[in-house]
Amino acid sequence: MVHGEAWTIKEFFTYPNEYIYWTIQIVMYPFMTGLVAGAFVLSSLYHVFGVKQLKGIARFSLVFSFALLPVAMLPLLMHLQQPLRGIEVMMTPHFTSAIAAFGIVFSTYGMIVASELWFVFRKHFVETALSLKAVEGRSALQQGEYLLFSILTLGAWDISHEALETDERAVKKLAAAGIPVACFLHGYAGFIFGSVKANALWMTPLMPVIFICSAVVSGIALCILTYILTMEIRKQLARRRRLAHPELPSMEELKSAEAHVVAMTSRYLLMFMVAAITLELLDLIFRGYTAVKSWDILRSVIYERDFVNIFVVQYGLGNLVPFVLFLIPGLTIRRAAVGTVLVLLGVFMMRWNVVIGGQAFSSSFSGFMHYVLPIWPDSMETLKEGFFGAMIVAVVPFCIFYVLNKVMPVFKETH
Amino acid sequence: MISRRSFCKKSLLIAGGLAIPLSCLELFDPKRLLAEKDDTGARWVFLVDTRKCVGCGFCVKGCKVENEVPYDANVTRTWVERYIVTKDGKTHIDSPKGARDGFPNKGIDIGHGRLEEIKDDDIEKAFFVPKLCNQCDNPPCVQVCPVGATYQTADGVVLVDRSWCIGCGYCIMGCPYGVRFFHPVFHVAEKCNFCYHRITKGMQTACVDSCAFGARRVGNLRDPEDPVTRVIMTERVNVLKEEYGTKPQVFYLGLSKEVK
Repeated sequence: MVHGEAWTIKEFFTYPNEYIYWTIQIVMYPFMTGLVAGAFVLSSLYHVFGVKQLKGIARFSLVFSFALLPVAMLPLLMHLQQPLRGIEVMMTPHFTSAIAAFGIVFSTYGMIVASELWFVFRKHFVETALSLKAVEGRSALQQGEYLLFSILTLGAWDISHEALETDERAVKKLAAAGIPVACFLHGYAGFIFGSVKANALWMTPLMPVIFICSAVVSGIALCILTYILTMEIRKQLARRRRLAHPELPSMEELKSAEAHVVAMTSRYLLMFMVAAITLELLDLIFRGYTAVKSWDILRSVIYERDFVNIFVVQYGLGNLVPFVLFLIPGLTIRRAAVGTVLVLLGVFMMRWNVVIGGQAFSSSFSGFMHYVLPIWPDSMETLKEGFFGAMIVAVVPFCIFYVLNKVMPVFKETH
Repeated sequence: MISRRSFCKKSLLIAGGLAIPLSCLELFDPKRLLAEKDDTGARWVFLVDTRKCVGCGFCVKGCKVENEVPYDANVTRTWVERYIVTKDGKTHIDSPKGARDGFPNKGIDIGHGRLEEIKDDDIEKAFFVPKLCNQCDNPPCVQVCPVGATYQTADGVVLVDRSWCIGCGYCIMGCPYGVRFFHPVFHVAEKCNFCYHRITKGMQTACVDSCAFGARRVGNLRDPEDPVTRVIMTERVNVLKEEYGTKPQVFYLGLSKEVK
């Protein structure tokens, strides 16, 4: 069977070689990359612009951004027909291609986040290594931990006040340098689509900007949601631990800290949402107003075939409803959680409508293609590019975050 | 002893200093410059006479056999489209299996295995249009390939390196003509290459050889005596989707405005 045939249904006249070649993994790719960029921008709001209220979530989102980073690559690898050759994009990039920028932008961004994390957690590394060093007769596990943390200090054991202040300055500089790189990381993902002149839906210079704005929206939303979830777990843990250690923060303290951070962050979420929706609507109105040759088929896809996906799920459920939820005064944690889930759904649907919607019509402008998402896999292909493949991509960052949190505890200060 | 700071500074300086002359070596590779300027060789072009095509599909069969594209796979390097324009101004197009078996049904294939019957009396005009890779002068597929596996030769033909393609599908997306697909056996991007292995030996392409009606011809645009070149230079020829700026090099005689 030809690649794409398993999930493509054709209607009217399409060219014989046309199938839905870019599937759910290519939807996941900009979605995950967007989360990386968005989480980083959120952490930078505190580190660079000094938004003190976001201190609570800044570290959290920085570590989360780092956990998401390797996962941005995963959907691409799962989508490639020759995954073993994927490294060639890094090794022998052909610079006229937008994808070739991947290696450079991705590794630059990775290095910036890694070094920023190092400066943020250096004190913790040194302290942990020193405390483990002091332990007489270390167990094998402790010895391993000691080695790990000693290596992580990279030989910089100085945690005097001056040294830590220098660290702070370095963090600020790195975060500042990271913002354009994060935007570029996602902007070029938009450029990959926006520069495909053969596709009438993708072909717009607005695409990178639309992608950046919705990336920040999705990144902030995921950070809020994960923050709420982790805080819930911590509250439950705190209740149990407080019996033994009364000096730990009480549930009420944690609760008020949580509510405060969530309310503050939601305001930034709303700001970026307005920007993202404005740009998307501008693009839509502009296409209708100029009504070039492709508008006929685009209109039938946007207003008829994909109406539910675009206007009901994406704009209605994913934008309008959370917008109202966040605007109603007295934001509660539960409402924020529902709102952020809907925002994430909206951003995911935006990616879906761009990637899948862009392939829903033939280049001949005379036929349509319908994508049937493979649920139960019957081959490696339908596993990788189906529902379960997407689920793997969605779950992995949380596993990485769990491991990273063991080395770089995001809530340490409040302990 | 050298301090860490000065060690870092000096190594950056040395690395930077080395990088500049090394990159110059790449920029001024004389062989590459010569190859880029080389316009003494051939420039392969194709001429399709839509007035002569009868839609038999022999060219599609010939191509599949010659180029090891699995015979039953629903992808093809070249195909033939059937156009039926009815008196009410509607255009009906189909290309069942790329017209590998010609057009065995009178009804138009509209997908889902359904056929749309058109009465003979309603037909205003009808014709066949063969399609293949346009070997563009400004090929978007070459531009977008992230690893350079798709490349253009000096004689204008766009080729795919099967041992280098990573199978991302960007070239398939970038082609406005829908001529590219994934090869079902090799799992890399695949397309028509004007039978490069044949034309460079002075032979005709497989589809040209299979066409009994002379609807397909291959020629060298840099040879003014080439019969194909003479037709392109002196007659009213057209190309497909000129608006994309790809500068296609497959020329059509008798192209109708309905052709997509």
